[in-house]
Amino acid sequence: MTAVIFFIFAALALVGALGVVLARNPVHSALLLVVTLVSVAVFFVQQQAHLLAAVQVIVYAGAIVVLFLFVIMLLGVDREESLDDPLPHQRSAAIALGAIVLAELIFLAGHNWATGATAPDQFALKGGSTALGNNVERVARVLFTDFLWPFEITAGLLVIAVVGSVVLARRSGQPVELLEEEVDSVDDVDTLEGEAAAP
Amino acid sequence: MRITDTYYLVLAAMIFTIGAVGVLVRRNVLVMFMCIELMLNAVNLTFVAFARQLNDVRGQAFVFFTLVVAAAEVAVGLAIIVAIFRRRRGATADDVRMLKG
Repeated sequence: MTAVIFFIFAALALVGALGVVLARNPVHSALLLVVTLVSVAVFFVQQQAHLLAAVQVIVYAGAIVVLFLFVIMLLGVDREESLDDPLPHQRSAAIALGAIVLAELIFLAGHNWATGATAPDQFALKGGSTALGNNVERVARVLFTDFLWPFEITAGLLVIAVVGSVVLARRSGQPVELLEEEVDSVDDVDTLEGEAAAP
Repeated sequence: MRITDTYYLVLAAMIFTIGAVGVLVRRNVLVMFMCIELMLNAVNLTFVAFARQLNDVRGQAFVFFTLVVAAAEVAVGLAIIVAIFRRRRGATADDVRMLKG
């Protein structure tokens, strides 16, 4: 049963990943990305990472993909895009490099290069004393004791990301130096100046 | 049949490779970002597989930090795309080719 579920969702994950790369429409790419993300969440459940499976669906499928779709719709780039290659040989070179990377990774995956050392009881995924609780409790205990300092730093990282994205996406108060094609496309320059002076 | 950790590692390698080729092949910056998300997800899957193999919950704790970095990266990256789009009326990698100096 585990094997059947694994192969079904492995196929779904690979189809979704290929679809992200091959879809001409960015909206289709985003929706196929959800297929892969949910499949990975199923693998997390199979490997006793129940908390991470929930976080994967909530954060990735719920927040990140929605943000992608929001930007696609905001910018209006949801039209078909030709997959033609402007640079000769770029695509074949990329696929050749990808094949090399895949061969290397599979070579490594087939090796028993983990040390085989098992974790002490307090870090054990399962086992240990029953007082350590289930998966959620164990992850939380590690996050808030051993990784407390990195965990607090991620809060700072998120604040920096929010401030940075606001600064980058803000429409600046000064009139920007307009590109020529932009000026040509505007019929009435006065309205543009009025708009720039308004804030 | 028994699904060992090697199956997960090979699957993660495949997803990572598809993402890497996608970043190299596609010109739409948004799709390139989605391919980066694919690569990050493959790494998350590897972390979780090793966490089970070594019976160590710290591997799962690391996935949290990857998630946070992915979220921050998407927020800043999409803001950059919006800023580029405002100037250039396009969101392909060719629209920022003047950055090559």
